[in-house]
Amino acid sequence: MEKLICVCGHENPAGTKLCGKCGRPLTEEAKESKIVDMKYDGAAIRSKTRNKSIVDKVWNFFSSVKVGIALIIINLVAASIGTIFPQEFYISVSTEAEKAAYYEDTYGSIGKLYYELGLSDVYNAWWFQILVGMLAISIIVASIDRGIPLHRSLKNQRVKRHESFMKRQRVVAEGPVANGDPAQTLNMIEEKMKSLKYKVRRDGNALLAERGRFSRYGPYINHCGLIIFLAAVMLRLVPGFYVDESMWVREGEVRAVPGMEGYFIENEAFILELHDNEKTENQELQGVNAVAKNFQTNAKLYKQAEDAVPGQTDNLELVKEYSIRVNHPLQYEGYSFYQMDFRMNELSVMNFQLTNKETGEALGPVSIDLTNPQDEYIINEQAKVELLGYYPDFSGFENGEPQTLTPTPNNPAFIFKMTTPEHPDGEVSFVAIQQTIEPNGDNEYKMAFQGVETRNMSGLTVHKDSSIPLLAVGGAIFMIGVAIGSYWNHRRLWVEQLEDGTIRLAAHTNKNWFGMKKDLDAVSEYAKLPKYLDQSEEIEEKEGDSAL
Amino acid sequence: MSLIDLSGNFLFIAFIAYLVGTLLFGGAIKNTKPDGAAKRADNWGKLAIIVTVVGFLAHLAYFITRWIYTGHAPVSNMFEFTTAFGMFIIGAFILIYYMYRISALGLIALPVAILIIGYAAMFPSEADPLVPSLQSYWLTIHVITAAMGQSILAISAVAGLLYLLKAVDPKSKTKSRFWMEAVLYFCFLVVGFILATVIFKGMGYEANFSYVNAQGKELEITYNMPAVFGMNDYTLLTDGKMEPLVEMPPVINAKKLTTVFWSFVIGSVVYLLVRLISRKRILEMLHPLVQKVNLNLLDEVGYRSVLIGFPVFTLGALVFAMIWAQEAWGRYWGWDPKEVWALITWLFYAAYLHLRLSKGWEGKKSAWLALIGFAIILFNLIVVNLVIAGLHSYA
Ligand code: HEM
Repeated sequence: MEKLICVCGHENPAGTKLCGKCGRPLTEEAKESKIVDMKYDGAAIRSKTRNKSIVDKVWNFFSSVKVGIALIIINLVAASIGTIFPQEFYISVSTEAEKAAYYEDTYGSIGKLYYELGLSDVYNAWWFQILVGMLAISIIVASIDRGIPLHRSLKNQRVKRHESFMKRQRVVAEGPVANGDPAQTLNMIEEKMKSLKYKVRRDGNALLAERGRFSRYGPYINHCGLIIFLAAVMLRLVPGFYVDESMWVREGEVRAVPGMEGYFIENEAFILELHDNEKTENQELQGVNAVAKNFQTNAKLYKQAEDAVPGQTDNLELVKEYSIRVNHPLQYEGYSFYQMDFRMNELSVMNFQLTNKETGEALGPVSIDLTNPQDEYIINEQAKVELLGYYPDFSGFENGEPQTLTPTPNNPAFIFKMTTPEHPDGEVSFVAIQQTIEPNGDNEYKMAFQGVETRNMSGLTVHKDSSIPLLAVGGAIFMIGVAIGSYWNHRRLWVEQLEDGTIRLAAHTNKNWFGMKKDLDAVSEYAKLPKYLDQSEEIEEKEGDSAL
Repeated sequence: MSLIDLSGNFLFIAFIAYLVGTLLFGGAIKNTKPDGAAKRADNWGKLAIIVTVVGFLAHLAYFITRWIYTGHAPVSNMFEFTTAFGMFIIGAFILIYYMYRISALGLIALPVAILIIGYAAMFPSEADPLVPSLQSYWLTIHVITAAMGQSILAISAVAGLLYLLKAVDPKSKTKSRFWMEAVLYFCFLVVGFILATVIFKGMGYEANFSYVNAQGKELEITYNMPAVFGMNDYTLLTDGKMEPLVEMPPVINAKKLTTVFWSFVIGSVVYLLVRLISRKRILEMLHPLVQKVNLNLLDEVGYRSVLIGFPVFTLGALVFAMIWAQEAWGRYWGWDPKEVWALITWLFYAAYLHLRLSKGWEGKKSAWLALIGFAIILFNLIVVNLVIAGLHSYA
């Protein structure tokens, strides 16, 4: 590879702006600029040194900060598009056709277009994930590209820098020491800078005071954290790393936990509490009558005995008892159970009396468990009721056949065959809520409706996410990195005392010029240094005063 | 006096202090002749910051007493959150003031906070009961940290606005001049919103309508301003009130649109009146006031406030938010609109920081970016809360 040889004899890799040893400008651009570009301390970054192969070209593309910023903005815009209308996972319909209809009905033709373009599920779209992936690649490439040369040039700093380097810094000064003993000047500078927590190095008549160098690594640390975080998010795709299931459990029920082999959960009771406040103005505005205070499932978690047949519910061993509330999940061995949903007063049992219509004589009660109905209910030796048909969510007849919409007992209907002493062959009757049909004309007996029992149902979700620890590590590293890069800054002061005792100095900071100048004011005052000049203010043409 | 009344009085004291503080900061930066004026300005400035700190303490007292009264951090409805946001902006200003001692910042920061508190006061100030998901100390930690981050970021917009007030020449016809005037006009619209609410409330205006929503359900709604836009398939139920001029489809909340309409009308009338009387652009009126500020220093203040605010915002709006979401719903991220807009804000400021790495994105350009960033924060506060439906929506 081509090398740039500086007048001082130091060999620099091609693309270097400022000589790594003495700091002399090497490129035409650097020579012409009044203030040099101190990014990466003028060191060559990889992308500036090679541009031949395809790999180099791809590398250079991703290492460019311009490309990186473009990717950040594109991701930002793509993310915002997903907030125009609610995303599919927030609307409560399931089939594709229903979704399409939802967007069209609710938002008109724009909604339809939104759905058809796939924007209603943007965050799962392949192109969105590619955009995030490209951002990640850009972060990795740019960090390697710049991090290594920066590290090298920060580590190998010489104390003495060439005049042409010093003069091209933003803050400079040159001149005699105002009064006092010039021979003591460097010592005084060293003393003062040390008291300002700078590290001071000397090399003959030159001095370098430096503080907060570690802050230059902040961005690299935070980028590292980001990458770990994104990698952890991707880990979810690994089977077994991530469980996300939802389940409904009725009060009194024991159900196998989906995604958690060999475990069962029992819902002892579901509790809904409401705030008993007077309606506030905001509730009035939003048309909310009462605000929920607590959603709670009193749950028992069981484990199957070691040698049990899968699905078998006898011999369960209680492992945890907990009141699951919002913000207070039940946690057990990496799994968490969250209170997500509930349904109140679901019909559970319907009670009937087998009754003689004319005399009103009752032969006996029949109580039907709606989630677990039996085929036959025997009342006594001569009377029984057979259940010929059960329609938990009756929705009407089709070709004479009763239909059910869902398996949930929202609107139960039955076909009974009632066997009584008078009718040993049985009488058939179709019974739904507020409706009775007797296909064979007038029956003598009827199933007189007595009442219902209801119970509540809890919607729980079961989660396991083994990527959380790694996610936390990534997040923590990111935060530490940004904090280091943001709350500390790198300040440097180069001083050289010339033969005639005059002082030449230059200062640089990556962020906080105000702070740098305060330090300079302090040391100038103490060591009677010549007045410094901010060359960028000269360029901006100085107006007003900074006292305001 | 009950605790909640006391709390309200503290807020009122804070509001008055910020008004007085604005005037004092105005005195502090007035461009008078050098016959001891610098010293006088200094005294005004000292007084101004003292009054501001007193206002801030009163504001803090409001916050704490309300917290004690309601039993939860007062950040859980539009009034509470926005009022707290105003408080944190003042806090962030005080922080930056003690770092850089730029009085002129107060001339922008205080009015911004005043407008924000005024805006907050237009929402019902009653304390609302908390739904189960909000009953978590992570809510407190998350919202307060996020609001602090946003406030520190907002100071970069304050510095940016000040920068542009000086740097944009009101005499030459440029795009910057147009957009600066647009930013100032927006402030008048906020005033318009406050005036519209106060005026119609003062008149006791109330008109009930029935309407049909997107799901075909018939509902009722009360307008507190003359209904310019009617809800889908509306019927006026109150006698003698104005019939809407235009009917809106069910996706659009015509009541909110009506509020926006009146804010525009009244804000624009005030703006035009000011322009007519002064015969000057607002920019031209403010430009001479800020001649003494140092642009280089302001640029650095803008950058530093983004640097200081960015980690705080990340911690509050993303990290703590994820921890809370994980605890409440079992997923740290759910692409809820408010979450997405927090992410957008974060990405935007990341872009700001990276743009500063390349030359040329300092000074004016950076100042504009800071204003855009603040616009995103306001969008998240106003539009996402009130228009886009989601888990976080307040109304
Ligand atoms: C959302 C994604 C990103 C975040 C949150 C982020 C965060 C940061 C932060 C906070 C800094 C420090 C800025 C300052 O102190 O002024 C920084 C610096 C930097 N970032 Fe990023 N970054 C992201 C993406 C990228 C990308 C895609 C690139 C690719 C080009 C990149 C390249 C750099 C470079 C070159 C620096 C300067 C390093 C130095 O000063 O030595 N970043 N980043």
